[in-house]
Amino acid sequence: MRARNYFVGAAFALLAGGMAHSAVAQDIKIGEINSYSLLPAFTEPYRKGWQLAVEEINAAGGINGKKLIVVSKDDGGKPADAQTAANELVSSEGVAMLTGTFLSNIGLAVSDFANQKKVFFLAAEPLTDAVTWSKGNKYTFRLRPSNYMQAAMLVEAASKLPAKRWATIAPNYEYGQSAVAVFKKLMSEKRPDIQWVDEQWPPQGKIDAGPVVQAVAAANPEAILNVTFGADLVKLVREGNTRGLFKGREVVSFLTGEPEYLDPLKDETPEGWIVTGYPWYSIKTPEHDAFLKAYQAKYNDYPRLGSIVGYQTIKSAAAILAKAGSTDPEKLIAAAEGLSMGSPFGEITFRKIDHQSTLGAYVGKTALKDGKGVMVDSVYKKGADYLPSDAEVEKLRPKD
Amino acid sequence: MAFYVVQFLTGLASAASLFLVASGLSIIFGVTRIVNFAHGAFYMIGAYIAFTLTERLSGAFGFWGSIVLAALAVALIGVLVEMVLLRRIYHAPELFQLLATFGLTLMVEDLVVLIWGPDDLVGRRAPGFKGAIDFFGQNIPSYDLFLIVLGPVVLGILWLLFQRTRWGVLVRAATQDRDMVAALGVNQKWLFTSVFAVGVFLAALGGALQIPRDAVHHAMDLRIIVEVFVVVVIGGLGSIVGAFVAAVLVSELNAFGILIFPKISIILVFLVMAVVLIVRPWGLFGKPEAAARKTPGLTVNPWRPLTSNERLASLAALVIAATLPLFAGNYALTVGSEIAIFVIFAVSLHFLMSVGGLASFGHAAYFGLGAYGIAFLAKMAGLPMIVCLLLGPLLGCMGAAVFGFFAVQLSGVYFAMLTLAFAQIVWSIAFQWVSVTGGDNGILGVWPEKWAASPSHFYWLALGVAALVTIALRIAVFSPFGYALRATRDSLLRSEAIGINAKRIQWTAFVIAGTTAGIGGALFAYLKGSVFPDNLGISLSVDALVMVLLGGVETVSGAVIGAIVYKALNIWLVSQTDLSKLVLGGFIVLIVVVFPKGIVGMLEMLAQRRRKSSPPGSSLLAKPIESAE
Repeated sequence: MRARNYFVGAAFALLAGGMAHSAVAQDIKIGEINSYSLLPAFTEPYRKGWQLAVEEINAAGGINGKKLIVVSKDDGGKPADAQTAANELVSSEGVAMLTGTFLSNIGLAVSDFANQKKVFFLAAEPLTDAVTWSKGNKYTFRLRPSNYMQAAMLVEAASKLPAKRWATIAPNYEYGQSAVAVFKKLMSEKRPDIQWVDEQWPPQGKIDAGPVVQAVAAANPEAILNVTFGADLVKLVREGNTRGLFKGREVVSFLTGEPEYLDPLKDETPEGWIVTGYPWYSIKTPEHDAFLKAYQAKYNDYPRLGSIVGYQTIKSAAAILAKAGSTDPEKLIAAAEGLSMGSPFGEITFRKIDHQSTLGAYVGKTALKDGKGVMVDSVYKKGADYLPSDAEVEKLRPKD
Repeated sequence: MAFYVVQFLTGLASAASLFLVASGLSIIFGVTRIVNFAHGAFYMIGAYIAFTLTERLSGAFGFWGSIVLAALAVALIGVLVEMVLLRRIYHAPELFQLLATFGLTLMVEDLVVLIWGPDDLVGRRAPGFKGAIDFFGQNIPSYDLFLIVLGPVVLGILWLLFQRTRWGVLVRAATQDRDMVAALGVNQKWLFTSVFAVGVFLAALGGALQIPRDAVHHAMDLRIIVEVFVVVVIGGLGSIVGAFVAAVLVSELNAFGILIFPKISIILVFLVMAVVLIVRPWGLFGKPEAAARKTPGLTVNPWRPLTSNERLASLAALVIAATLPLFAGNYALTVGSEIAIFVIFAVSLHFLMSVGGLASFGHAAYFGLGAYGIAFLAKMAGLPMIVCLLLGPLLGCMGAAVFGFFAVQLSGVYFAMLTLAFAQIVWSIAFQWVSVTGGDNGILGVWPEKWAASPSHFYWLALGVAALVTIALRIAVFSPFGYALRATRDSLLRSEAIGINAKRIQWTAFVIAGTTAGIGGALFAYLKGSVFPDNLGISLSVDALVMVLLGGVETVSGAVIGAIVYKALNIWLVSQTDLSKLVLGGFIVLIVVVFPKGIVGMLEMLAQRRRKSSPPGSSLLAKPIESAE
C-alpha cells in the first residue's frame, strides 16, 4: 500500500487551487466570514445587507477610485474552520481586512488570528464583551452594541418596574451567561431591593421548554429576564403562553424585537415584553428611509437586523479604507480610531479607547398587530450612553 | 404537591416525543444492524412536510390528516433510501452504513433550507388541544396530555404488532439471529425494507407531532439524533419497552434535575448512559449480543507489511510531500498542516477500530484533551513549546487510561456509546468550567514559538510527526502486540483460550490510540492558536469515523487516505460553496455506493486482481484523489 502517494496528490491539487486566485492589483478586497450554513436565518439578510453596501459604494466610484470586492467565506459555525477561512482570505486572496462573524467564540478566534497575523479585523455581530474588553486587541474593532450595552439599555427600563422578585432564563453558553451576569450586576446596583429567585440554563438549541417553564413558575417571580432566542424562544413562548407563565409578570428580553426572532412567533407573540430590537416599520429618519427604500427596491423584501449589520459593516470598512488611503493595517487602525460616519441608525463613532462602535439599538415593547408581532413605543438608544466610564474600560482592557 | 405532579406529567410529555423517535431507531437497529444516523433527518423532514401540509389543509381532519400523511410520505422516502442505497451495502463492513446515513444527513440539512427557506417556521396548534387544563392552580397543556396518552398507545400498538402478527414474529426472530431467519427461507430484502419503513414512519411522526410545540428549522435533526441514540442504548438495543422506560427515565430526571441543578440538562442524558452502561453493559432491557457469525472477509486477504518496493514508494511520496514549501503559498501549507494533523487523528482511531475492532464514537475527547493539555501548559505554566508538545498529549493519555478501562469492558455499539458518553462528559466540563477552560470562548493565544511559527516550518513539523505516528502504528500492527490485538478482534473466545488477556490488550490499544489522538490535538492547538470545546465535540468524533470508514476499515492504513480526501475536500468545499454539506454528503453517498469497502479497501481489491498482469499502478490509484479535488 502506498499511502503517501495520495498525500502528494492532494497537496498538488491544493497548491493549484491556491494559485488560481491571484489578486488583481487595482481592486481593494475585503475578506468576510460568517456562519452562512449554520445560521441562514440571520446570515441571509446579513448577506443581502452587505451586498447592497458594496453595490452602493462601487456605484459612487469605489474607494478612492478603486473598486471594492468582498470575498465571502462560510465558517460552518466552527472556530477552527473560521481560522482556516481567515487564513485563506489573508494568504491567498490578499484581502486588506477581515470582517464579519456572528458567534462569540468565532469572533474571538478570528480576533486572535488577526492579532497574531497583524491584520485589521472588523467584527460585525459577536456580542461578547470579551471582543473589545478582556480579550480585546489592537487589530480588532466591533460594530454591534455589545452584551454590556444591550444589558444597560434594558436595565434602564427594567429598573423602573415595581417587580422585586426576578427569575432568569438563558441559554447555557457564554452569551447567555454573560448577558445574565451583566444584567444582574447593573440591576442590583440600581435596585438593591431586588431578589433573584430562580435561574434556568437550558442548553442552547435544546430547551425542554415545558419543565423549564414550570420550574420558573414554581419560583413565583414577579418579573422574568429572558435571553433565549431562535427556536428556543419559540418553544419557550409557546409553553409559557399555554401554561400562563407570562400572565401578570413583566418580561425583559434580549434581542426579541429583532425581526429574525419576532416574526416567526406570529400570533403567539407575547405582548408587553420589554425588548431590544429593530422596528424597521416605525423608524422615521431620513438615513433609515434611504436605506429601507434601497433595500426594498433591490430585494423586494423587508430588512432584518442582520441586513443593517451587514450593510453597516461594509460601509464602515469602506469608510476606514477611504480615510486611511492605504491597506497597511497600522494606517487602518489609525484611521478607524475615533472615526465617525453615518449609518441607517444615525451617526456612529469607533471609539479609540476600546474599538467599540457607538451603534445603538431600539428598546421598545412587543405587541400584536394583525396577527403579527411588532415592537411599539420604540426608542433609539445611542450606544455611547450605555458604556462604562473610560477609567473602567481602561481597567477591563489589556494594554496593547 | 400539585407542582410536582405537573412537573412529572410535563416530563412524561417530553418522554413521549422522545420515545416515538427512539422506538423507530431501535427497531431499525435491532433488525438491520444499521446505525441510522439519518434518523434525525427523517424526523426533521417529517416536521417540514407536516408544516407545509397543515398550512394548506384546514380543519381538524386537515391537521391530523396532515400529520399522518407527512409521516407516510417520509416513510416512502425511507423505503426509497433503503432500496436504492442501503441494500447495496448490507454486506459492507460493520458501521459502513453509518457513513451512508451520515452523508444523507448532511445533504438533507442543506436541502431543507433550499426548499423551505432559512427562516424558523412556526406551525399551527393542534385543533382541540390549544389550551391548558387547570390542575390545582397549575396549568397542563392539553396537547401534553395528548402526548402522554399517545406514548403508551404507540407502545401498545408496537407490542401487538410484534407479538401478534407473523411480520412481528419475523422481526423478532431477525433481531435475535438474522442469519438463521435467512436460512429458513424468509425474504430478508422485504423484511428489512418494511422494518426500515416502520422505523422511519415513527421518526417522521415524532417530528410531525412537534409542530404545535416547536419551531421547524434546519438544525432539528442534530438536536434530537444523539439524544435518541442515547435513549435507545440506555433502554437496550432492539427493546421497545426499554426505549420507553429510558425515555421516561431521562425526561423525568431532566424535569426534576433542573429544579436542583439548572445547568444539568446539557449533560444529563450522557451521565445517565454512562452509569447505566457501567452497571448494566447491555442497557436496562437489553440482552448480551449473540456472538456474531462474521463472514471470513478478513482472512481472505491477510494483512502484510509493505514490500521493500512499496516502502521506497511511500518514502518517495513523503519526500515529495516535504518539498511542498518550496513552491506552495502560506495558505496551502497551513491546509497541508491541518491535513497532516487529521491524518494523525484518523490513524489513531483507525488503530482502535480496524486493528482492535473497537469503534469509538467519542475519539475527539482525546484529541481535544491533547489540545487543552497544550493550552494549560503553554498559557498557565508558560512552558516552552517542545516541552508542551511532549507533555500535552499526556492529558489525552490519562483520559484514555481512565475512560478506556471502563469502555473496554463492553463491545460493539455499547462500547461506542460509552465512549461517546465519556467524550460528552469531558466536553461539558470544558464547556462549563469557565474559570479554567474559558468555557465556549475557549483559550486564546496558544501560538507556536518562532522556530515553528512560519507555515513551512510548522508544515514540516506536522508532516514529520504524522509520518512518525503512522509508521509507529504500523510497526505496532505487525508486532506481537498487534497480532494479539487482532486476535481479540477476530475471536475473543479463542484468543482468551490461548492465554491472551483480552481486556488488558484492548485497554492498552485504547491508551495508545488516545495518546496518539492527543498528539494530533496538541499540534492542532498550535496550528489554530486557540482551543475550544469544539475540539472535543461530537462533530469532530464523527469526522474521524468518516475518515476511517472512507479510507477503508479493513485496511492497514486506509485512514491516511480517508483523512486526506475527506479533509481536503471539506476545506475546499467550505471555501467554494455555501452548499458544502449538500455536495460533501452527495460525495460520501457516492463513495459508499462505488467503494463499499472504502477507497483504499476497494483499490487494494482492484490491485489484487491486476497483480498477475501488472504491478499496481500508482497513477490509477491516485486518480480518485485528483478528481476529488
